[in-house]
Amino acid sequence: MARITLENLAHSYRPAPKTDDDWALKPMTLTWRDGGAYALLGSSGCGKSTLLNIISGLLHPTQGRVLFEDRDVTALPTAARDIAQVFQFPVVYDTMTVRQNLAFPLKNRCLPAAEIARRVQDVARMIGMEDALDRRARRLTADAKQKISLGRGMVRHEVNAILFDEPLTVIDPQMKWELRTQLKSLHREFGHTMIYVTHDQTEALTFADEVVVMSEGRVVQVGTPRSLFDAPAHTFVGYFIGSPGMNLLDAEVQGATAFVAGTTIPLGTAYAPPKGRVQIGIRPDAARPATEGLPFRLIRVEDVGHHRILRGEVAGAAFNVTVPEDEPIPASFDRVALDPARIGVFVDDWRLAPLERAA
Amino acid sequence: MDKPVNNRAWLLVLPVLVLVAFSAVIPLMTVVNYSVQDTFGRNQFFWNGLGWFEDVLHSDRVHAALGRQLLFSGIILAIEIPLGIFIALNMPKRGFWASLVLVLMALPLLIPWNVVGTIWQVFGRVDIGLLGHTLAALGVDYNYVNDPLDAWATIIVMDVWHWTSLVALLCYAGLQSIPDAYYQAARIDQASRWGVFRFIELPKMRGVLLIAVLLRFMDSFMIYTEPFVVTGGGPGNATTFLSIDLVKMAIGQFDLGPAAAFSLIYFLVILLISWVFYTAMTAERERP
Repeated sequence: MARITLENLAHSYRPAPKTDDDWALKPMTLTWRDGGAYALLGSSGCGKSTLLNIISGLLHPTQGRVLFEDRDVTALPTAARDIAQVFQFPVVYDTMTVRQNLAFPLKNRCLPAAEIARRVQDVARMIGMEDALDRRARRLTADAKQKISLGRGMVRHEVNAILFDEPLTVIDPQMKWELRTQLKSLHREFGHTMIYVTHDQTEALTFADEVVVMSEGRVVQVGTPRSLFDAPAHTFVGYFIGSPGMNLLDAEVQGATAFVAGTTIPLGTAYAPPKGRVQIGIRPDAARPATEGLPFRLIRVEDVGHHRILRGEVAGAAFNVTVPEDEPIPASFDRVALDPARIGVFVDDWRLAPLERAA
Repeated sequence: MDKPVNNRAWLLVLPVLVLVAFSAVIPLMTVVNYSVQDTFGRNQFFWNGLGWFEDVLHSDRVHAALGRQLLFSGIILAIEIPLGIFIALNMPKRGFWASLVLVLMALPLLIPWNVVGTIWQVFGRVDIGLLGHTLAALGVDYNYVNDPLDAWATIIVMDVWHWTSLVALLCYAGLQSIPDAYYQAARIDQASRWGVFRFIELPKMRGVLLIAVLLRFMDSFMIYTEPFVVTGGGPGNATTFLSIDLVKMAIGQFDLGPAAAFSLIYFLVILLISWVFYTAMTAERERP
């Protein structure tokens, strides 16, 4: 097992990248702690699979280095990196039994037969497939096949990290939850570094200790699920995480006050005078129906069970407010009040740090 | 649930039955009819029971033709299947070259049988053929008209040239349907090139290989036109395969009774061997 460092890494699928758009992965430096459970979250095509394939060595980066601990592995082929990877579509060797599947990576590495048998038995217990060891792999369900893929990785003790590339895409919904729980407990028990690629925020937030959010080939934020929710570093994170996402309003900011379409909003803390496009962001649960505050035009109410979403507009921009189910919605209101402590200020999409904390 | 039973529904399959009757059943029945009768001319027939079948089954001539036929199909399969797989594995996967190679590979398949025969008949001639003349100039004693071995070699090379593309294209289609993740997983599992072939590519090609083996078996077992054009079954009877022998018997000697019995036995042999291939190649799949 190892700490994984990406140093000034970037990748382009074009031979001679020039403009920013040519880079599938823009230059980044990132460290993955040994034994961490990470999620790599982003919408389709944002470069997360590219990043994963570079770590596993299936792709060679255009520039930069990949380090396992202090060893440079950039030039090493996949086989020499001791990485396990689970793919979107379950990969099993059809003609083999489950046992042969699990033994395959060890056989290829020429381990003694007794050692192989012992490890296969161990890993079968871990993934809960001891009873199915002598069954043919091709007849199994998608979730069982995915467990075998995982098992083929875990059977190698020396494995540095286990990478998951949207592993639950083809799994039935009720099995998804079960597999994810099993993954978490495997992580707790054996402490492999796990990197889990997904575009599903629920999957990412429930699986990971730390989430890496990517957008358009760039890492926009690394943090715990809580910090992504409370203090998104980029409007993309604010919008992508949370359901519904963060509300964003064009604003003018002077010191500790924001002005949105002529309304004054207190901001809790003071900011240096910003340059560029200024927006304020507020989570739907940090706003509430009120008689004074921002003018709000209600369009419709959605009941999603444990809360209701009021969908409407503020100054021509979409604006959502959530109300817990035990709280009544006023019969008529035309304004929303915002919790000053939970307003974020964004300049050209990036979060602006308030003055005293910046100092 | 109660299913309504209405026997008049059988009328719905009547058109197909009529078509199949005219296209297959009735012609086959005329053959059956000939196979159990004998005649001394003047369109007078009398019952001969299974006499012709016994004759054919005990005929040394038919045995020899069957032996040659089995040997020919065996050699054809042994060359074309591995060669087709090998070519498919080495064809470019995408891009301009993939399209070009596909077109080039398909070309031999578009040429009619008798034209293929004619091409090779001329190609192999010692006096004017490019192949025959070149071999002669190099001092190789090659003459497919006189030498049985050369005749066999010519016909086999011709068939390989004509039909290996079919096997290669089928295998290529099978290979193209394998997702990249399989190859990536194999790299992570440190599988050797042979391992990738043995445990990923070959199992995924099984379906198309079954089709390829069956098609190539049936086609080669029924081969007529090309050897007829190139060697005419000679030298002697060296390349007289079953269908050539059958045509000699039916049209050359006009022995319709034995020829009819021969046809039916020929048909049953093809059916039997195809069934054996099919069962053998799908048996693995049925195992739990």
